[in-house]
Formats: sequence, C-alpha cells, structure tokens
Amino acid sequence: MQELDTAGLGSVRVTRQSDKVVIIEKDLATEQMVLAMGPQHPSTHGVLKLECLTDGEVITEAEPCLGYLHRCFEKCCENVDYPAVVPYTDRLDYLAGMNSEFAYAITVEKLLDIEIPRRVEFIRVIVAELNRIASHLVAIGTYGIDLGAFTPFLFCFRDREIILGLLEWASGARMLYNYIWVGGLAYDVPADFLTRVKEFVNYFRPKALELCNLLTENEIFVKRTWGIGIMPADVAINYGWSGPMLRGSGVKWDLRRNDPYSIYPELDFKVPVPDGKHSVIGDCLSRHLVRAWEMDESLKIIEQCIDKMPSAEGFNSRSAIPKRIRPKAGEVYGRAENPRGELGFYIESDGKSTKPLRCKARSSCFVNLSAMKDLSKGQLIPDLVAIIGSIDIVLGEVDR
Amino acid sequence: MEEGKVFSQSLQESAAAYSIIQEKFGAAVSALDANETMPFFEVVDPSLWTEIALFMREHPKLKFNYLACLTGVDYPADEKLGIICNFESLGLLNHKLSVKVKCARNGGSIPSVACVWHTANWHEREAYDMFGMTFTGHPELKRILCPDDWEGYPLRKDYKVQEQYHGIKVPY
Repeated sequence: MQELDTAGLGSVRVTRQSDKVVIIEKDLATEQMVLAMGPQHPSTHGVLKLECLTDGEVITEAEPCLGYLHRCFEKCCENVDYPAVVPYTDRLDYLAGMNSEFAYAITVEKLLDIEIPRRVEFIRVIVAELNRIASHLVAIGTYGIDLGAFTPFLFCFRDREIILGLLEWASGARMLYNYIWVGGLAYDVPADFLTRVKEFVNYFRPKALELCNLLTENEIFVKRTWGIGIMPADVAINYGWSGPMLRGSGVKWDLRRNDPYSIYPELDFKVPVPDGKHSVIGDCLSRHLVRAWEMDESLKIIEQCIDKMPSAEGFNSRSAIPKRIRPKAGEVYGRAENPRGELGFYIESDGKSTKPLRCKARSSCFVNLSAMKDLSKGQLIPDLVAIIGSIDIVLGEVDR
Repeated sequence: MEEGKVFSQSLQESAAAYSIIQEKFGAAVSALDANETMPFFEVVDPSLWTEIALFMREHPKLKFNYLACLTGVDYPADEKLGIICNFESLGLLNHKLSVKVKCARNGGSIPSVACVWHTANWHEREAYDMFGMTFTGHPELKRILCPDDWEGYPLRKDYKVQEQYHGIKVPY
C-alpha cells in the first residue's frame, strides 16, 4: 500500500479506493459546542442555567446564568418595618429558614444593642441546629440522586420529615417559620417539645450511621466524587467561600467558633475538617464528608442545649421584643453560620424610620457558586453534575 | 480614636489595622469611623482604590484575605452612589475592617477589585445591576440578577419600574 504524505494537512479523513488511499477531508478539527444545562434540569437543584462550552465530553467553560428566582428581597426590605423582614428571610434559603431568621435577628439586635433572655437563646440554637440537620439531609440525599443513588434520598427525606414535624409543632409552619423574631421568639416551645427532640436525637444517631454505610462508603459514590473539583484552601478564601465548602478545603473556620454569637461559646462541639485519609482535601467527597460529620456535631449541640436549658417558669418569649424597632442611625454587618456558609446582613438605619434604609443579604450560595467557572474548567460533563451537587446551592438564596 | 472611652478588643484591632493604611496613603483615606457595630473608613480618592485594596491584602500586618460582603448603596441626597466592603483576615490575623468608596450618581465609576478578590467579581456585577455605577477594569461587567435588557437600576431610591417588558405588563 502506498505511503500517504499528509504533512501540513492537519487531521485528515481517508478512504481506500481499489488499491489507493485517497484523502477525502483535510484540516479537520474538533468543534466546540454550546450546551445549555437548565434552567429546568434536575441536577441544577432549581432554576439555574449553566451555559457550557464543550469539546466532546470535556467542559471548556461553564458560565452560570442566574436570576430566574429573583424576588427583589432587598427592595422589599426597604419598604417594610424591621420585624416584617423576618418572613422574607425564610424565603431566602428555604431549606434552612430558622438559620436565616437567626442571622437576621442577631444582626438587628446588634444594631439595637439589646439583651436577650437566656432561654430564648437556647431555643434558638436548638431549632437552628435541627434545621441544619434537615438541610444537610436534603443536601446529602439529592447529591445521591445526582450521582445515581436513589435509596439514600428516601432515607434522608424520611428522617427530615420528623424534624419538619417538630419545627411545625413549635412554629406552626413546615418550612417558612417566622419563628425567631427580633428580640425573642414568636412562642415558647410546646410543653413536651424537648422530650420529643431528645427522642429524635436518640433515633437519628444510628440512622446517620446507616446513611454513612449506604452512601459515604459506597464504592460507586466514592469513585464519582474522589479527586473531583479540587479547590485549594487559599483560592477558596479568595473566592469568599464559607461553611462546609471552605472546611472541605481544609480551613478550620466556623463562625460559631471563630466569630461566636448567641450561646455557642458555652457549647462543646468540634469543627470537622477532612484529614486527607478518606478524600483528597478540597474535592467533592471532602465537602460531602464535612456535611455528614456536621450532622453528628449538631446532635451533640442539641443534647447539650436540652441539658442546660433554663426553666420555663415565668418565661415570656416576647418579653425583650421592643414595641417599636427604630435603631439609632448607624450601620451593621452581622452574620451567622448557616448550613451553606456565612449568611450576612448589611443593614443601614437612618435613625428616624422604622424601616431599614438598606438591607443587603450576603448569600453564601451566591458566593460559593461564583467559583463554578474555575471549578468546571477541563472537567467531564458527568463530573460537572458532581461539582454542582457538592456546592449545595439553594436558588432562593442565590437569586434572593 | 477619642481618649477616655472603653473600646472593645475587636474595635482596637480594626483601629490598629486602619492606622497602617492611613500611614501609607495619608489624605487619600478618611478618618476611621470607630463605631462598635461596623468600623469603617472611606476612600477619599477612589482612583487609588485598587492600590489600597492590594495593599490591604498583601501587607504582612493587614492580610485582609477575605472579602465577606460588597454592598452597593444609593445616596440620593449627596448625588452619590457607593460601595461598602466588609473585610476580614480569615484564619491569619482575625481582624475586621470595612471600607466605603463613593462615586457620582450619574455615570460614576469605581475601580474594580475583582483582580484582588474573586468575590468582588459577582458582587460588583450585582452592584452594577442594581445601582448602575460602572467598575473600571472589571473582566465582564454585565447584569447578573436582572435580564440583560432590563431598564433602570432597581435599588436606586427613585427607581420607577418599566411599564412593559417584551409585551408583558410589569407592575401588577
């Protein structure tokens, strides 16, 4: 067979005609293709659109497009009184309403400079930690679905339902609570509440282990997440990452410890970070592990709070709530550790109005998602799904 | 800081950090507003903002490696727009400080710090989207939450929503 000189022709396609080899196409190059993922794609966890530029199976660039769930949170805040902002904060991160309310309440209290009854603080921490577990259960369950494991999702939602039942019992609503008010709580907890929470803690401990056996130690799951989407610690900080995302990169940073608020300094809990034995530090698996470990720590916090809880005698959950919230002129940036990271509120008061002059929500998901472009470069399309899942976004909080 | 008052430790740390910046940039930065809730200073000469930002990130005694939040604000009385940045030295020196930068309300621009902190990239886009100030040197300044062809800047105090958007009635 004749030798073919293809020098200077780039990639070629050839065919054989009788005994000759003929070039039928020359200068062949792979073409990049735009692939729009979302806004209604099951693995984007809501209405997020990713515009991916793909070269075969490899992502050259992925650009997140946001705003499909923008509900003008900040504009709404400027038109309502301080206490009326609380229900709006529920709708930011709707999987962790209690935590969002908590962050808002402590920010306004910082501006007002008021003391809160101790029992209120304990109840706040209990409901916030319960909500953190519920939120992590959704994160872990849906992450399983993203990677093709359906059963853990059902297990997670079974247990989450118990938490939602407890929170509904306390506040009257399943997900959008309006329970933690500026200066106090809407109601004290029901009489038997703490016993039931204790029962839940005892019930959930072995279930968390079961979840661990089912998902975290599953070989397929580990192979899909191990070493994928690695984020070095210094880049993570530069991106403003916080919460389980930052701890997944090995930075031991938790606002409950490092910028303590409420009664967290009195409580004994660990801040779990990956040690590099089970995962590559900063990969998707690390972030998943941090969430799984954190649920255990939350259980510990809840148990301690129940033990130390001041008695309900003569307690009025609304005793410290100001009749009229009108902070002195000034600005404040307050924040709390949410299941997804640092939720901050910047609030400016002019000292005259009962409405905030400016209220900005610093959303943790928004900031965490901004690293998507860097994280997805050069990854395979199936790994992109693993990366989005590990960021654990709630579009309500991203778009506000 | 005034004498004779008792300040919290975090405020003292912020003041110490501020004095290093003040020493280097002199009149380009305003005096420190030493309040307990959010100590801040203002950049009087916005053209130096990127340089100040880089100095704040790199100086061994400042090390503000974490931009927690960047907020856009409208000051209609002064005919100004502004941004407020909340900084922190995460895991290194653990002090906090906030910075304000202002620009003209119509056609004003502020130097971008997206090259110093990645966080600023999306936050500046959001501030542009909501208030309409531009950020010079930003890698891709376009709207982020509103659609690209939206009219006006929603968080300005005098914002009037458009009547129609692609044939859809907007105010309901």
